[in-house]
Amino acid sequence: MLEVRNLSVRFGGLLALDSASFDVREGEVLSLIGPNGAGKTTAFNAVSGYLAAAGGQILFRGSSLGGLRPSSIAALGLVRTFQKTSLFGNRSALENVLIGLHLKAKQTPLAILLGLPYVAREEKTLVDEALQILKFVNLQQRKGELANSLPYGEQRLLEVAIALAAKPKLLLLDEPVSGMNPSETAGFMAKLGEIRALGVTVLLVEHDMKMVMGVSDRVVCLSQGRIIADGSPAAIQRDPEVIKAYLGEKYARAHA
Amino acid sequence: MTARLVAAAVVVALASIPLWMGDPYVLHVLIMAGIFTIAAMSLNLLLGYAGQLSLGHVAFFGVGAYASALFSLGFSVHVLPGMLLSVQPKPVWLAMFAGMLAAGLCGWFIGRIAFKVRGAYFVIVSISFAEVARLVAVNWVELTQGPMALNNIPALSVAGFAFLRKPSVYWLVLGVAIACFILIARLVHSRAGRAMVALAENEALATSVGIDVTRYLVLATVVAATMAGAAGVLYAHYVRIVDPDVFLFIYTVTMAIMVITGGKGTLAGPVVGGVIFGLLPEGLRALAIRPETQWIVYGVLMVLVVYFLPQGIVPALRGLRSRGGS
Repeated sequence: MLEVRNLSVRFGGLLALDSASFDVREGEVLSLIGPNGAGKTTAFNAVSGYLAAAGGQILFRGSSLGGLRPSSIAALGLVRTFQKTSLFGNRSALENVLIGLHLKAKQTPLAILLGLPYVAREEKTLVDEALQILKFVNLQQRKGELANSLPYGEQRLLEVAIALAAKPKLLLLDEPVSGMNPSETAGFMAKLGEIRALGVTVLLVEHDMKMVMGVSDRVVCLSQGRIIADGSPAAIQRDPEVIKAYLGEKYARAHA
Repeated sequence: MTARLVAAAVVVALASIPLWMGDPYVLHVLIMAGIFTIAAMSLNLLLGYAGQLSLGHVAFFGVGAYASALFSLGFSVHVLPGMLLSVQPKPVWLAMFAGMLAAGLCGWFIGRIAFKVRGAYFVIVSISFAEVARLVAVNWVELTQGPMALNNIPALSVAGFAFLRKPSVYWLVLGVAIACFILIARLVHSRAGRAMVALAENEALATSVGIDVTRYLVLATVVAATMAGAAGVLYAHYVRIVDPDVFLFIYTVTMAIMVITGGKGTLAGPVVGGVIFGLLPEGLRALAIRPETQWIVYGVLMVLVVYFLPQGIVPALRGLRSRGGS
């Protein structure tokens, strides 16, 4: 579904991503792990169009994403969330999801200004759909509350709801459970299973190893801008390169 | 439903004023306040919804006024050395649309330029645009008569009916204001309005769900500029003289005061702010307060509103009502 080929990203003299290649297959959950500064979020930003790549190719469902703006990439079905909580803070939860339904709506500016009847009809169906999405993430009781006033865990769920409203085929989640307590994380893992059941492929960046090992079909490990391992969760846990990247040379030898 | 009833009652009350208010001076004050309220509503679309402070908003007002005045008077101007462009006087209703179109085009231009500039940079671009427009009006004497001003601008007339008397102008301004209000309300409660709000609230997140923010910023500036242009057109054909002072920064400030005190990002805010701060200077004069004191009172009131009701009057009233209700 997503093919990343020799992707490089440069920040001045620093090569943040050095010729990285990996695939995301349709229907799977793939996790991208690695120590802080390994280039995970950089890879995310390059794939979703927020950063220009210095080299390499990104193919999504067979077509190149090179040079496309983030909004066009989202329209193709590749939708991302952000590492830091990112919401339309001064708007209600319902309005947040309604904004997320932007691509779904068909009304044109002219039709809106003329007040054509289909606009009002469409608004009704959009509200219904937004309520359904809120229900999916168990936030239907919060529809009228401002996004800023929600508890942290619910804010993170609302972010996912906004992304789901954009009808992703591939959903990129950037540390969705960071800062959540264990029970919230467990709830989120269950929710991820339901998202997957909807037919959404997921690319996950996450530090919470329990979650990564619990939900992933495959894991790709990045370190200092390079991909050092790619395999099943069990294989990644035993991989000496991965252990070295996380714990250092000494522990890797002790382990081997 | 109650909101609609309140709106209808307000419209009927406003429309009835010329029937029982015979004083032409009062009507004049109301007409001017109405014209500025239209401009304030258009500014609110940019400032309150799209989150971009257009501190050169008066430029659209002035361009609308000048363009409509020029087309209704006719003009001839050297576009290139030896090439004279002459335009015969056009019917006023046609000139009026030319004025709105010219303002809308300027809005499109500013929106396109602003495609990478936001926040403070948008403010600077818009102020610069207004200042350039003012300098053109002052210096391009062949076209604009410069400081000598465009005089004898014909009154608005549609299908042979001339809006000469104050009650008719008042109703016209009220009608345009209602039309602008409805258009903005439609926009705000739609996909386009939500896209503008999304741009103001969190641009990165907006693009991540597929919103082409530039497109909606351009839409907001075009609609806002066209409406500000309509206000300028009404001004030109009501006052019937237009000079470069229509581009003065203070008018933008007046509009911004109306929007911010009334409540930016609310539909009723600029109307409430426009009525209060449009009528206040004249109202204070009617109380026979000396001119110096008049502006001091105006300033103090403004500071008090901003200090005690930082969200504006309309959101404060709404908060009061919901607290009373629960």
